[in-house]
Amino acid sequence: MRDRITAFLVLLPSLVAVGVFVYGFIGQNLWASLTDWGRNPAQALALRPELKFVGLENYRELFTGFVDMRFRQSVVNLIFFTLFFMAGSLGLGLLLALALDRSPKGEGFFRTVFLFPMALSFVVTGTIWRWLLQPQGGVNVLPTLVGLPPLSFPWLTTRDQVLVFDWNALPFYTALVVGLVLLYLAWRAHREGEPKRLAWSLLAAGILFLWAFTVGRGLHLLPYPEPHGFSLALVGVILAAVWQMSGYTMALYLAGLRGIPVEVLEAAKVDGASEWQTYRHVIFPLLAPITLSAMIVLGHIALKIFDLIFAMAGLDYAPTDVPAIYMYLLAFRGNQFAKGAAIGLLLLLLVAVVVVPYLASQLRKEVRR
Amino acid sequence: MGRALLYAFLLLATLFFLLPVYLVVLTALKEPAKITLDTVWRWPDPVYWESFRIAWEAFRPKFQNSLVLALTATALSALVGALNGYVLAKWPFRGSGLLFALMLFGMFIPYQSILIPLFQFVKAIGLYGTLWGLILVHVVYGIPIVTLIFKNYYSEIPDELVEAARIDGAGFFAIFRHVILPLSVPAFVVVAIWQFTQIWNEFLFAVTLTRPESQPITVALAQLAGGEAVKWNLPMAGAILAALPTLLVYVFLGRYFLRGLLAGSVKG
Repeated sequence: MRDRITAFLVLLPSLVAVGVFVYGFIGQNLWASLTDWGRNPAQALALRPELKFVGLENYRELFTGFVDMRFRQSVVNLIFFTLFFMAGSLGLGLLLALALDRSPKGEGFFRTVFLFPMALSFVVTGTIWRWLLQPQGGVNVLPTLVGLPPLSFPWLTTRDQVLVFDWNALPFYTALVVGLVLLYLAWRAHREGEPKRLAWSLLAAGILFLWAFTVGRGLHLLPYPEPHGFSLALVGVILAAVWQMSGYTMALYLAGLRGIPVEVLEAAKVDGASEWQTYRHVIFPLLAPITLSAMIVLGHIALKIFDLIFAMAGLDYAPTDVPAIYMYLLAFRGNQFAKGAAIGLLLLLLVAVVVVPYLASQLRKEVRR
Repeated sequence: MGRALLYAFLLLATLFFLLPVYLVVLTALKEPAKITLDTVWRWPDPVYWESFRIAWEAFRPKFQNSLVLALTATALSALVGALNGYVLAKWPFRGSGLLFALMLFGMFIPYQSILIPLFQFVKAIGLYGTLWGLILVHVVYGIPIVTLIFKNYYSEIPDELVEAARIDGAGFFAIFRHVILPLSVPAFVVVAIWQFTQIWNEFLFAVTLTRPESQPITVALAQLAGGEAVKWNLPMAGAILAALPTLLVYVFLGRYFLRGLLAGSVKG
């Protein structure tokens, strides 16, 4: 019995620390985001600032206020960065793993080369790529080494945008995307023979589409159109991030490929499957769970990306802004703590949307086992 | 044909991963005046080793900060993790599973969501701008992952071993000291590598909670490279210095590095 008490007392400091530093601080952050902390510069840096409760005002301003246009561009940047970074790392990682799975000579060497950027910090990677992507240097003069004309793409300094849309159309597009995801879920339910799930997904998708085309299209967040798009200055940042992280997805995929039992592959061969068919119908489906966990990890990294962009473009460069950068800028350069806290909380919600369903499904799998 | 294509692809990929490294070394070894954009890929002539001396002099205090920070915080958090894992795996009590799950949540939060209260807290207890403040923060936010790794590892140790020691009259700490610890080396290696690389490479806490005299090398490097009119040989030499410790860990302990990576990133 005494030992049991000792055991609990040994764990207690950690429980208290996590309780305060995680749950307590999140609570405090939530409270801060509902106040006017920082609006009065004289109060901002006081040790015990006088705060006034303002409700959701900070959040409203971020999404619809005139001054926070930069936040909205940072959200759009984050979405595009996350999508392309995930696609790039998964694609390149899978290709590398498939290549190494064929046991080429020097496999160990290649594996080491593809994985070593993982050991670097995003700051080092960012510093390196900042130099590589100088307008008239590095990557752009690379073609001249083999006699081609140099490139002239101003990687990090361009202000061009593509895929531009009006911020006012955001609710409409969001509903559209979520609706499509629901349709996909319905299709999966149909294939897995679960009529109840199929019906619910279809119904939800239907309601969402109906809302999008009737109400959603007429909704206006701002009294004026505000264009936002995929900022091309992010291409270089994405390139650097893929350089750093695709080795990791390669390692995951390679472990998965090596884990496929030989009998399964031989059975496919006996059944007369061509190589492509084996990949399509045997190997890729077996890799699907790995893709999912890799997506979670990469998405998690992407949503809170900060150091890479800090090192590549600095804090004050709007075209490569992401919420984490803007949050730091507002809170620790501008003393706008309440608004910074609001962005921090929004990031927490975003990550929770990605991570919680995944954890729940993992937990359910554990229990079933 | 298929084989040739395979090697061509691997060669191309190798270039993609190694050319940046080549350019970094190349630039670090150039005299500042000779770094022009059109000769950027040309090998330096003569080789200018001075860059490393200058960079080392500029970065040495920060390098030391990083070293003290990473080593101290890693040691402390490994110790905490081992004890926590031991309790959760071998002395579970009612509700310990739930408490563990609540603890793990701390691993997934984006630190932006606690950064402002954390900043206030560290300032209030007088540790703002000190290395100790940063060490404290790293140990606390490391608790979930190190506890997870140790708990998983200790779950594999048969309960009978603990039971037998108990019947022999050994108490909580005696069992830990004489039965568990001798078996824990692999877990300590994985945790040490994981925490060391994480803390060495960390940036957000470091840039928020330190002053110039307590800055780790990541912060110093980001500020140097971000400055106007930089001579690029210095940031490149600095990048090599900042990358060296974790690269050495990767080269010499690669196997454990990967294990930590998979354990840490799948996170659960």
